[in-house]
Amino acid sequence: MKKQVTLFTEFTKGLWDQNPVFKQVLGMCPTLAVTVSAMNGIAMALATTFVLTFSSLIISLIRKLIPTQVRIASYIVIIATFVTIVDLVMRAQFPELSKELGPYIPLIVVNCLILGRQEAFASKNTPIRAVLDALGMGAGFLIALASLGAIREILGSRTLLGVQILPDAFEPWLVMILPAGAFLTLGLMMGFLNFMVLRKKTREEQELLSRHLQEPKMSLAKGQEA
Amino acid sequence: MKTILGMLITLSIIGVASGGGLALVSSWADPLIAANKKAATELAIFQVQTQAKDYKPVETVSYECYRVFDASGNAVGYALPWEGNGFQGKIRMMIGITADLSTLTAIEVLEQVETPGLGTKVTEDPFRSQFADLTAEPQVDWVKGAPPTRENQVETITGATISSKAIVAIVNDGLQHLRKDLAEGGAQ
Repeated sequence: MKKQVTLFTEFTKGLWDQNPVFKQVLGMCPTLAVTVSAMNGIAMALATTFVLTFSSLIISLIRKLIPTQVRIASYIVIIATFVTIVDLVMRAQFPELSKELGPYIPLIVVNCLILGRQEAFASKNTPIRAVLDALGMGAGFLIALASLGAIREILGSRTLLGVQILPDAFEPWLVMILPAGAFLTLGLMMGFLNFMVLRKKTREEQELLSRHLQEPKMSLAKGQEA
Repeated sequence: MKTILGMLITLSIIGVASGGGLALVSSWADPLIAANKKAATELAIFQVQTQAKDYKPVETVSYECYRVFDASGNAVGYALPWEGNGFQGKIRMMIGITADLSTLTAIEVLEQVETPGLGTKVTEDPFRSQFADLTAEPQVDWVKGAPPTRENQVETITGATISSKAIVAIVNDGLQHLRKDLAEGGAQ
């Protein structure tokens, strides 16, 4: 029997411990392509979260009915259905945003984050856990895309969510809104975050080590005194 | 045999359910999407034909083209959506021209994927405003690195020569088709 974690952890693990972008490095295509502005990143992440949540729910509900041989085909049909729904709704209600994101909305179908979660999680867990997992992963994706989009938008076009925040004297770094900017930002962010994690870990280790090393020393010192 | 049947039935049920769901969403979204598209086209027509108050599709040509009318109902010109290759991908634009097809009224780029900050300057003034009241006969021409000397010339943007030339080429291509087809179909 697999060890069950709490429902709360099921949600929070996607935020950082298994963050789809920074830790699992999944869904790179939309991450790099649409994050020229914070708004695009947020819209993309919300669309992905919607698809992920509903696909996870449906697949988790019917997981015992799907024959193993056709599971991937079934997942893809279900995912594609929700992606088409998102695409239609966006084109009907948010034509501007839909134009900005262009082909990347239909391409959510092949986002490996979504298929990955179905195969690795939703098909083996109860619907409640599957939905919480999907929402957590979606939230993690949102954090990553929004921060990446914000950094690129501020440096590349001086604005954040369309509002100018840097003075005109600041020359926009065009490279930030070009594809190269996406790679640079993502690489530096990932490096920085992993560096912080590593530093925290070594510090904890050293603390633990020094505590264990100090104790016998102290007793030795005491012994000498006595 | 039993597994094959199971596979067939499962996939069929999923397929039918998806199809049904999508049909529902699509029947709701389609009219809205059509309305959005119409509103966008309308906006572009009025942007390139400032005196226009009304428009009607030209039916003698095989592509999209609009005849525009001023407040008193006189035909003042045409609005022609046209597309062609830019630097990195398709450029789609709306071309406004007078009724005798001799002078451009304005152009408006509707869709493009040019380089941000360089190629995208073709969508902005001062490049865009060069096309206002520009003579389009025999065709639009471009000059590089110098102010235009003739009435049918525009100056290309430094650092975005390819994008600038692409715009000129699309305008010429569209007008060539329109001229030919209107002459054949008998200008109304």
